[in-house]
Amino acid sequence: MAIAESAPRTSAARFPSPFEVGTPPGAEGWRDMYPYYYLFSEERRQFEEAKFWYFDGMHHPEPLFPFDTITCESWWVALSQYTVRVFAIPPALGIDQRVVNGYLYISANAVTDPKEVERRAALFTKRAGYYYEHWNELYAKWEGKAKETIAELKAIVVPGLPDFEDEAVVTEGRGITSAYHLLAAYDRCIENMYKMWQLHFEFLNLGYLAYLTYYGFCKKAFPDIADQTVAKMVSGIDVMLFRPDDELKRLAKLALELGVADAFGDGRTPAQVLADLDKSAAGKKWVADLEKTKDPWFYFSYGAGFYHHHRSWIDDATLPFSSIRSYILRLRKGEDVSRPIAQVTAERDRLTAEYQALLKTPEDRKAFADQLGLARTVYPFVENHNFYVEHWHHTIFWNKIREFGALLAKHGVFADGDDIFYLHRFEVHDALYDLCTSWAVGTPARGPKYWPPIVAKRKAIIKKLREWQPVPALGPAPEVVTEPFTVMLWGITTDTVKTWLAPREAPGAARELRGFAGSPGVAEGPARVVLSVEQLGTVRDGEILVCPITAPSWTPVFTKIKAAVSDIGGIMCHAAIVSREYGLPAVVGTGYGTKNIKTGQRVRVDGNTGVVTILG
Amino acid sequence: MDPLPYILWFRDLGREARSLVGGKNASLGELMQAGVRVPSGFALTMRACEVFLERGGLRGRIDAALASVDPADEPALDRASRAVRALIEDAPLPGEVERELIASYRALADESGTPEPPVAVRSSATMEDSAETSFAGLQDTYLWVRGERSVALHTVRCWSSLYTPQAIAYRARFGLAPDAALMSVGVQRMVDARAAGVMFTLNPLNGDLSKIVIEASWGLGTAVVGGEVMPDRYWVDKVTGDILQRTIAAKTVQYLRAEGGGVVRAEVPPGLREAPCLSDDEVAELALLGKSIERSYGSPRDIEWAVDAAAPFPDNVLMLQCRPETVWSRREARPLVTPRATALEYVLDAMTSRLPPASRR
Repeated sequence: MAIAESAPRTSAARFPSPFEVGTPPGAEGWRDMYPYYYLFSEERRQFEEAKFWYFDGMHHPEPLFPFDTITCESWWVALSQYTVRVFAIPPALGIDQRVVNGYLYISANAVTDPKEVERRAALFTKRAGYYYEHWNELYAKWEGKAKETIAELKAIVVPGLPDFEDEAVVTEGRGITSAYHLLAAYDRCIENMYKMWQLHFEFLNLGYLAYLTYYGFCKKAFPDIADQTVAKMVSGIDVMLFRPDDELKRLAKLALELGVADAFGDGRTPAQVLADLDKSAAGKKWVADLEKTKDPWFYFSYGAGFYHHHRSWIDDATLPFSSIRSYILRLRKGEDVSRPIAQVTAERDRLTAEYQALLKTPEDRKAFADQLGLARTVYPFVENHNFYVEHWHHTIFWNKIREFGALLAKHGVFADGDDIFYLHRFEVHDALYDLCTSWAVGTPARGPKYWPPIVAKRKAIIKKLREWQPVPALGPAPEVVTEPFTVMLWGITTDTVKTWLAPREAPGAARELRGFAGSPGVAEGPARVVLSVEQLGTVRDGEILVCPITAPSWTPVFTKIKAAVSDIGGIMCHAAIVSREYGLPAVVGTGYGTKNIKTGQRVRVDGNTGVVTILG
Repeated sequence: MDPLPYILWFRDLGREARSLVGGKNASLGELMQAGVRVPSGFALTMRACEVFLERGGLRGRIDAALASVDPADEPALDRASRAVRALIEDAPLPGEVERELIASYRALADESGTPEPPVAVRSSATMEDSAETSFAGLQDTYLWVRGERSVALHTVRCWSSLYTPQAIAYRARFGLAPDAALMSVGVQRMVDARAAGVMFTLNPLNGDLSKIVIEASWGLGTAVVGGEVMPDRYWVDKVTGDILQRTIAAKTVQYLRAEGGGVVRAEVPPGLREAPCLSDDEVAELALLGKSIERSYGSPRDIEWAVDAAAPFPDNVLMLQCRPETVWSRREARPLVTPRATALEYVLDAMTSRLPPASRR
């Protein structure tokens, strides 16, 4: 049921129609990887062609594996329903999604009828008002729900299919077998994922709105105030995303205290280090502490957590171990590696007091205090939810799905367990059902013959789609971008759209790229273009990281690089927060960084002005 | 004994000295007392000016020369102005004023370790910090003046600038008594400026109090103040101290010290034109000084500054002049948003203000 169909005011400028975008050679058949509702189609053409769509490279920079669309589909529902059906955010409907050549495109929807806005405003006032008023108590409850959901996921057992059922099935009169448990376990995993994403957005829309209101006021009162300064006045001190790194620092100190720091020799793998530590009582003590620390702090994704191949520290401890080593070296030199918390707090208070004093009227000082107060109330959720959902929960989720993949591989459906990600979640259900049936009957399943050629074809398609450079946007360009989440979360503004339009007129590499000043400072150095997590190992000391989007868990890489540049990212993106924390210049949301900059080129990153210049 | 002194050192001046030494000189004293780096110097007081004009019947001759002039008759006014200024510039300094001036200049020489230190000689009127800036703008500044005789000569020239045609006409128009015209003169050690310019402790484009805007060019500040050069421009956040934006302009002309005193206008060598004339540290230091000056006055300032070519950082960053900012400071401030009782209402307002006007709350 559609509430309203928006006819956005558009300028004459247009991006290509979604119906004009051709399929890259060799990627024919990509549409079969995704559900029908994800595709642009003749039936909805008139509606779809009238809308402005943009590439969501911030969350989904890579082509979508069929299974991994589950994250998009989960937030498609979750984000939108809280806007539309729960809190009735007056001027906004939900955010639509489509897939083009494997890449996710999204489109915001507005409510433009003043009467409808008013009707929604009355609901919003009551409902959002309730949440804002009871935020801390509801958030405490949320943390309980999130942990419970994670625990439920962890508890799901993926049963095997034995030759004969255990005797207990008979002696206890269970009446239910492994086939049922297997399908139910899978369904429970999927439901658990949906549930986690419901929770993800329970507070997020309201959180962003509160922040956006305060942000807009700061920009009005102090035009040109740096985004990071606005953020600094609200950011929390005790942020979960910093905790994994803080734990590594603590473990480094502990290794020195216990006299076992020598185990962390140059170039040694975590397994070698652990084997060494196992030889002494002190070493064993350190390992025991590590094991305790791992849950949950090593459930920390190398990526954003949106893709199955965004592995975590728990899967591969190479980076945290090398980070512990570098902290040990710094501590031995007498450096203080801890975060200067008292200093950060004092600076936050100073900024707030000084800006407030610069406001010209008592009314403005009150408005600032009220809006800042609300922004600070909502911010712990905004800062911490990613750790619960994308890091902690998703690490466990992808690994659970791997268990189903391994089972299917064991029964000959796949050559490799990870092939499961080339199937959409509904197809996985089919494959499991097929397997259960054949197990029950004792005859061959069709799966082992049916799926391998499909997986092989899809592997080739994904490879081709990876080489395709997604166009930044589709359809008519809006004259102004006003939708709050587009601006806030995706960092897409009227200016961004103009920048996207510009390179079409002047093809070829622009020498200067503009983005958001994500973290202050200026740095020059050779560029290293990193398109996905796997290429992270290529980064050398003193290079400038150029990537589609940075992730906070790339921390150890941040100790090597001089600056970071990303294609996508707004003022609230994970990367900006962490770059600031590590005192690294960053320009986010350049749109074309990875396209225009080549590895090895000298670039200048100005994190004060948001400009990246290609020097050579 | 005369109760009012002829000479006062900047370092002893406070705001209350305005009536005696004029706004410009008094503000330099205020800056020094607030701990800001200002080149040292002294003021010849209004009393010194008064004694000069009264001595030997000079005032009588001036009044006589102006008595029959119609301020609306421009050619006649010009002629009268020239005659009066010649009278003044030919008159000798009263002995006691001259003695004190020479003694003070020598004290400046001792302090600087240079026998004939170059100085700037400037007029400083009582009214110039108030509304009558157009009047203030008519007064003179002489740069790179060296030696006792030259300092005395330029002091008298400053006094004679009380009788420019514009100043005469101004007094006539506002019915000010002719003998109300008095002028203090400042004698200040010259900075050998590598770069100089102006600084506003707010954004002059939109009145934003959280910014400091600095305009800078090579050489003396004359080129920037006179609008002869497109300066480098820096926007600094007053609270964080971060340089938010910078535009480096092609700076074509500069004013430099001339051989044998005075100032010359020169081309900027091509290699320097598009180079920034300040380091980031210097910009930061300027902004820091600007912020502390504003704080000590309690309101936004318009400041002239210079960076010395020889002194080490940060001693090379010097303040030369300081005036109240007048454009934005006089405007009545209105609330930026409609005052609301709760934060939720601000959220609602912010959301709906993004819509086309028809759907706004």
